[in-house]
Amino acid sequence: MSAAAASSSGTERLYWLMLLAPCVFLALFYLAPVLNVLVLSFTVPRPGVANYAELVNNAAVQRVLWTTVRIGAITTVLALLIGYVVAYALLHCGPRERRILLGIVVASFWISALIRAFAWVALLQSRGLVNALLISAGVIDSPLSLVRNEFGVVVGMVHYMLPYAILPLYTSLRGIDDRLVPAARALGATPSQAFRWVFLPLSLPGLIGAGVIVMIFSLGFYITPAILGGGRTIMVAEFISVQISETLRWGLAAMLATVLLGTVLLLVMWLSRFMDVEQALRK
Amino acid sequence: MKDTLVLDKVEKRYGDFVALEPTDLTIGAGEFITLLGPSGSGKTTILMSIAGFVSPSRGRILLDGRDVTALPPERRNFGVVFQGYALFPHLTVFDNVAFPLRARGITGEAARPKVLAALEMAKLQTFAHRYPRQLSGGQQQRVALARSLVFSPELLLLDEPLSALDRALRKEFQTEFKSIHREVGTTFIYVTHDQEEALTMSDRIVILDRGRILQIAPPSELYERPATEFVAGFLGKSNFLRGRTASASQGQVELHMPGFVSTAAENGVAPRVGAPAVAALRPEKIRLAQPRDRAGASACQVRGRVSDVTYLGASVEVELKLEDGESLLAAVPAGQRSFVEGEEMVASWGSDAAILVRPSEASS
Repeated sequence: MSAAAASSSGTERLYWLMLLAPCVFLALFYLAPVLNVLVLSFTVPRPGVANYAELVNNAAVQRVLWTTVRIGAITTVLALLIGYVVAYALLHCGPRERRILLGIVVASFWISALIRAFAWVALLQSRGLVNALLISAGVIDSPLSLVRNEFGVVVGMVHYMLPYAILPLYTSLRGIDDRLVPAARALGATPSQAFRWVFLPLSLPGLIGAGVIVMIFSLGFYITPAILGGGRTIMVAEFISVQISETLRWGLAAMLATVLLGTVLLLVMWLSRFMDVEQALRK
Repeated sequence: MKDTLVLDKVEKRYGDFVALEPTDLTIGAGEFITLLGPSGSGKTTILMSIAGFVSPSRGRILLDGRDVTALPPERRNFGVVFQGYALFPHLTVFDNVAFPLRARGITGEAARPKVLAALEMAKLQTFAHRYPRQLSGGQQQRVALARSLVFSPELLLLDEPLSALDRALRKEFQTEFKSIHREVGTTFIYVTHDQEEALTMSDRIVILDRGRILQIAPPSELYERPATEFVAGFLGKSNFLRGRTASASQGQVELHMPGFVSTAAENGVAPRVGAPAVAALRPEKIRLAQPRDRAGASACQVRGRVSDVTYLGASVEVELKLEDGESLLAAVPAGQRSFVEGEEMVASWGSDAAILVRPSEASS
């Protein structure tokens, strides 16, 4: 008995020791810098809340934040719409098609954001593939400006975020009892009523979960908007980078970073509350 | 009795696989009919064809003479109780039951009395505002039933509705299904693999195996006069006497087994004299006596040694090892005497107890 207890407490000690290493690592290289940023936002260039006052007073800051929220929201809505269609198709296609489709979705994880952003520039620029095709087809006379603006940023971001929308949506839709839609039909609902009254409401938890994930990622996007926005459409991450490396307004940058982190944390808290609801729905 | 639903040579193939051979079936208005068979027998294929979820490869389905084969499920006006109930988890019990009415454009105050009546029939009045996950299995079953009857469907299709419930609840629902059937008068088409459910509730039972209907008959007839070896074996327990016919007269044949002789009812099988034949003999028709007892003497009898005894409460099942190596199962009322393994007994039965059945084809 006592030997067993001793050995079990020994195992427990080892367990805590092994946990200690990653904790120390996280504290040194993650928590400390984050705290440092928080401190900077209140102390540079001088102690006080002057940096936070910029949120109210500085039109440029407000414009950047508004652009970030707007592009984030548009990206989220589009990624959810397209992602829902793909997830729905994944659910209803044959096993062969499903493997191929899932392969395509997962493969896009392996291509870096940088390469994808430049690929979009190549496709969307005035002499790019899309404009060339449209002109040769006679749809337009002069090239459309598809990149170095908000449109280009949204295209690139939606493309990047799609797997993050599709995979959780697919998981969530797959969890819906596949007898419910036939049951609705048997009880007299048309296919469209069965979808609107049964399938769609039951996929709402998945939609909100995927939406929050996409929104969180979108708010902090850096490379994609920096390249596809061409300096004209500026989101908060790029703005922070400019404040740190070019204008050297570290306090302002730290304040914006803190606000971004705070917003994301709030969203995550909301998401975690929401995931519990989803668990409860599934019994 | 008026015919309600007619299956006219309905057939279902998936590529080379035959789920249902061409099948004719006529169901009367207000009938409680059960499709009984092991899994893969085609019973669910028939039910889902009637519901409109499986479209037959060939054949027609007629409702009151109207061809409904091509109608989508929502235009058939049949109630369906699915295996596992398929209740809508995001809707309350009330809204679940109101769903078919909503699909028919009946909402609000117009729907309310109908929903309440259905809830009352299913004894669910106090659960109207709960969600399905807050209910027990039995209560969920009641919701499924109320939901599929609230719109007065022309037929009620039930797909193994009791398979998820424990034994006591299954018993309770068998009685309840019967009384609801009597009350609403709707035609019930019930699919199960449980012979007890089939026997206790049905007006008629359709026995299926490997995509074919083997026999359609009321429960007692099916039990007393099974047409084939499969039916006799599937519905209740049965011994099979395999021998050759020696003579036939007045609906009876004499069957010669290696070690004994039995008479058997001819049962429409009409074998040639001298041909191999199989007779079904129910265990409860067999009496057991010790060899020195002369009282149980009968024309049909055989000696054997007790090889196994199973106590079942009301009866005792005794397995005898016969001299030719076959075994014979007898079920005798409990409490008459005790049986000892290895003891020699004489099994005897009446001249009309064994019944000729068509042998099952070799499973090729």
